Amino acid sequence: MYDVYQIRKDFPILAEKVNGKSVAFLDSAASAQKPTVVLDKMYEVYTNAYANPHRGSYFFAEQITREFENARCVVQKFINAESAKEIVFTRNATESINLVAATWGAKYLHAGDEVLISEAEHHANLVPWQHICEVTGAKLKVFAVSDEGDFVEENFIKKLNDKTKLVAVTAMSNVLGTIFPIKQITQKAHDAGALVLVDACQFAAHYPVDVQKWNCDFLAFSGHKAYGPTGIGALYGKAEILREMPPYQFGGDMIDNVTFDKTTFADIPARFEAGTAAFVQAIGMAEGLKYMENIGLDNLVSHENELTAYTLNLLEQVPNLQIVGMAKNRGGVFSFDVKGIHPQDLAFVLNKENVAVRTGHHCAQPIVNRMGYTSLARASFGLYTVKEDIDALFAALIKAEKFFREN
Amino acid sequence: MMNLQELTENFAFFDGWEEKYQYVIDLGRQLEPLDERFKTEEWKVKGCQSQVWLVPNFDGGLLHFCGDSDAILVKGIIAIVLLIYNNKTPQEIKTVDVMKIFATLGLEENLTPSRRNGMMSMVAKIREYADAYED
Repeated sequence: MYDVYQIRKDFPILAEKVNGKSVAFLDSAASAQKPTVVLDKMYEVYTNAYANPHRGSYFFAEQITREFENARCVVQKFINAESAKEIVFTRNATESINLVAATWGAKYLHAGDEVLISEAEHHANLVPWQHICEVTGAKLKVFAVSDEGDFVEENFIKKLNDKTKLVAVTAMSNVLGTIFPIKQITQKAHDAGALVLVDACQFAAHYPVDVQKWNCDFLAFSGHKAYGPTGIGALYGKAEILREMPPYQFGGDMIDNVTFDKTTFADIPARFEAGTAAFVQAIGMAEGLKYMENIGLDNLVSHENELTAYTLNLLEQVPNLQIVGMAKNRGGVFSFDVKGIHPQDLAFVLNKENVAVRTGHHCAQPIVNRMGYTSLARASFGLYTVKEDIDALFAALIKAEKFFREN
Repeated sequence: MMNLQELTENFAFFDGWEEKYQYVIDLGRQLEPLDERFKTEEWKVKGCQSQVWLVPNFDGGLLHFCGDSDAILVKGIIAIVLLIYNNKTPQEIKTVDVMKIFATLGLEENLTPSRRNGMMSMVAKIREYADAYED
């Protein structure tokens, strides 16, 4: 374990007061706060070491190229990829998934093929597939979770067949908190001849990722949910698969040789990184990942498990509150509904009490609807979350329940 | 029917957000009911996290709106918005400074450009209707 109160000092924003009172920030699943090391690192690059990488051969350019490529190695090690060439920097997890849909999907999906996703996917791992299926004539198939939000193997197997070309699945649901058994899913998918893309943007901010152990073919995650800056994400792809994929966008940095007649393209990963990259953000992202590793992923997991048990116990004591997503294997994301109170009304009172939660459909309308709602409130943890935050949530929920019951 | 001045006077008395928003909820309860048949996609105001419906009626050169929401605080805010805009000519509607009125009432936090809270979308919709009926 680690001293979470000590850790909180690394996050300047956690000391901010709103209306003279501290804030219980419980929206890390939407985006995590940033530790000073990330901010300092980016400031340092901009002030001491800035130039466009992969271009000049002067000191700053060489130095920034090293830093940028080193950031790629940090991401590689963080997810245990075999080679840094398998890491493509993107804008975010959404772009990572769009890249695979637009390049791999356009090349390999044909009429009659199927893409299989879970019912719990957020829009980022749903809409790109829906779109590329429409373009190619492939079919989007969906496997159901249980009413509690659990992965159900037989539901998955039922939808998996020799037409399935790709299984795209989240490692951790941003609505239900459910953790999906990726290794098991990958094995079954491969047996059926399908590739697997893992959306790890929630999972990677909480649990260790091992793409070699999972044996997944693609994995997408973002920097900003893992304590890094916005505007940067990563796509992992097995080298032999990435090499067969056509480029995503065209321009500088992704070329080998250009004439007016013909252009040949660079090897991976440069082939997928057209134009000047968000390299300062990539360096910042790496710093965020290193920050997590320094605390220790195992320690993060223990801390989160303890908070999860604490939260479940408290939320069950709020009158008329229903937690949506009670999977056996779940992480620190809690969506809930308080009967008779619209989530927007609830969020209003929570905001007045300085409790920051998300409300709405969480960019995952189908699963929110499937669970019987149009809108939900959601509290989610970061590595800096403390029991006092949960206590503040509990007190604010009790106050809201009373406020709306009496009015 | 209360006018804007009376409303402003009432709001001056409140101490703390609880009292103020209890009153907002009460105003929502007194809102002229919207016929259930209008609670369809056609009359929905986009850009609201809760469901918000707004139906115009143009009669004798004046615009009159009915509205409703499934969130009770939002319904209260709708009641105030409609009290500000109802029974005015399209020209009058376009000269209303709703931000200023909400600031006077101490309710300006409800008119943010956030996608969460759709009250600005509702005001925009009212102005659109005013444009459409202006001749």
